[in-house]
Amino acid sequence: MTDAVPLIELRNVTRRFGSVTALRDMSFAAHAGEVHCLLGDNGAGKSTLIKTLSGVHTPSEGQMYVDGRPVTFASPRHALDAGIATVFQDLSMIPLMSITRNFFLGREPVKGAWVTKRIDMKKADAIVYEELARIGINVRDPQQAVGTLSGGERQCVAIARAVYHGARVLILDEPTSALGVHQASIVLRYVAQARQRGLAVIFITHNIHHAYPIGDVFTMLNRGRSLGTFRKGDITEKEVLDMMAGGREIRELQQELERFTKPGSGVEAAIS
Amino acid sequence: MTIVTDALNPAHPPEPKPVSRRLVRLMRRPELGAITGTVIVFLAFGITAGNSGLFSMAGIANFLQVSAQLGILAAAVALLMIGGEFDLSLGSMIGFASVTIGLCVTQFGLSIPVAVAIAFVIAIIVGALNGILVVRTRLPSFIVTLAGLFILRGLTLAITRTVTGRTQIPYITDGQEGSFVVWLFGGKFGAPVFAWLAAHGVIAARPDGSAMVQGLSMSILWWVAVTAFATWLLVKTRFGNWVFAVGGDDRAARNVGVPVDRVKILLFIGTALSATLFAVIQVLEAGSADTLRGTQKEFQAIIAAVIGGCLLTGGYGSAIGAMFGALIFGTVEMGIFYTGIDTDWFQVFLGSMLLIAVLVNNYVRRKATEAR
Repeated sequence: MTDAVPLIELRNVTRRFGSVTALRDMSFAAHAGEVHCLLGDNGAGKSTLIKTLSGVHTPSEGQMYVDGRPVTFASPRHALDAGIATVFQDLSMIPLMSITRNFFLGREPVKGAWVTKRIDMKKADAIVYEELARIGINVRDPQQAVGTLSGGERQCVAIARAVYHGARVLILDEPTSALGVHQASIVLRYVAQARQRGLAVIFITHNIHHAYPIGDVFTMLNRGRSLGTFRKGDITEKEVLDMMAGGREIRELQQELERFTKPGSGVEAAIS
Repeated sequence: MTIVTDALNPAHPPEPKPVSRRLVRLMRRPELGAITGTVIVFLAFGITAGNSGLFSMAGIANFLQVSAQLGILAAAVALLMIGGEFDLSLGSMIGFASVTIGLCVTQFGLSIPVAVAIAFVIAIIVGALNGILVVRTRLPSFIVTLAGLFILRGLTLAITRTVTGRTQIPYITDGQEGSFVVWLFGGKFGAPVFAWLAAHGVIAARPDGSAMVQGLSMSILWWVAVTAFATWLLVKTRFGNWVFAVGGDDRAARNVGVPVDRVKILLFIGTALSATLFAVIQVLEAGSADTLRGTQKEFQAIIAAVIGGCLLTGGYGSAIGAMFGALIFGTVEMGIFYTGIDTDWFQVFLGSMLLIAVLVNNYVRRKATEAR
């Protein structure tokens, strides 16, 4: 699959904000039918990378390609039109509005002409019901407020919305980090479904336990640089963890802690 | 809500329980509180003011007229509040529009239809200015329109006094009482019905046989029309969906491509237009304009909208609720007058009502957003 043209690709992209370099010489590619995990600690450049991919920022240097063609997005709307949809952790749904109204927000299906032009709510409800049933969420009433859904279901509805509206590249920003184990598994299961439907999924997280089971490809970020891209067969969960900034720091922490342990107390052996 | 989450077990057909589902939907309606409140108010005055004339034809015509004028404002304010903004310049806009019509007719010799048209054009400009200031500066609309409150009222007073030397403009409709535009905004409707009712002894008649109440104020029709239009916009159209979204979370709305700024500016134009409609109705009913017209109406309209279920934080509410909010307002104001209670108590009632409404709304919002 890697020899195909990537759906979205960054080549040697650098992004600066004033004197701060948030992304340095970053190369990155996402292919159809793959889940590409982006891992890194806070401040590693994950958000800048997402925002570059989704059209919020433009690269200071380097070039972005969609379907192998060079592109420059002027706004998130342009990225959306090119089929690149971003599901943000908290900014995707409006809790007081119904599921249907959220699902079609900005792209409401209409019927009638001129003064009688109105949202085709019946059709919208039917589509929402069907789309959610397909991913295993049975809502009794699509007119109920999104706020009544659980966190995992909310994420799923947000992803389903992006998929329904023609996304080919799904950028998921920390979709599971605010969720418990059960809720996270709902989302992960759905991400697997999206992959099966041939979408390129870019999965951003700092939680290796959520990323490793679902990911096909892993890119580790640290201080705005890529530490490399690995296929799942080439790297173990422990190696991924080690490569993330957290891995080295945890080792340093262990060494530091060892200095406090009394020789021969047995604690030393337990830590190392 | 039962939500089954199981990827291996997709698509049970929706459980066919239409009655209970409809009931759940009904309970979730934002206007439910206002309708309940209206029933309580009518029951209370039915018991205490039954014979005072509040529920005679004249009394009904009175409280409907008071409610209607406020209701026209409340519908537009409800939309704006659902969109997450306030317009405190509303009351001053009424005064400004009133003297605009007055000056155009009495000083510049323009006809009433032209004067009314000019007032509406000015309203669009003022509303757009309010909106543009709010979205460009990103300041709270509360502050921006508070400035508008003073600027517009000051301009109204200063211009009127400079031009006429007084603060009131009388004789605006002199000789025009029968014209279509005066009737359309300031007239009465339903005269044949009332004449027939009086002739058959259903309602009170004068000694000569004509009805005591010769018709209802046109403002009532405007009230119904404006509320119906606002409800249509809000519930049925894409624009309405955007209004909810803009008030609910404007960043999320922007992320999915909703033109947030345009929606807000249009809502501010809406409140300025409603203020002007209010002014046109009052001026053409009374035949005179006063620089102090509309004082405190901005707060009364907000109270009516909040009683009608609008959240102060935006994103939730209804125009029909605002209609009932205005009806409660008008009924109580007139009811207190008819029952002979000191009218000072009206304000106490108003404040208490507002407090109760806000508490109820907050409870409803919590219920609506918590996972079930």
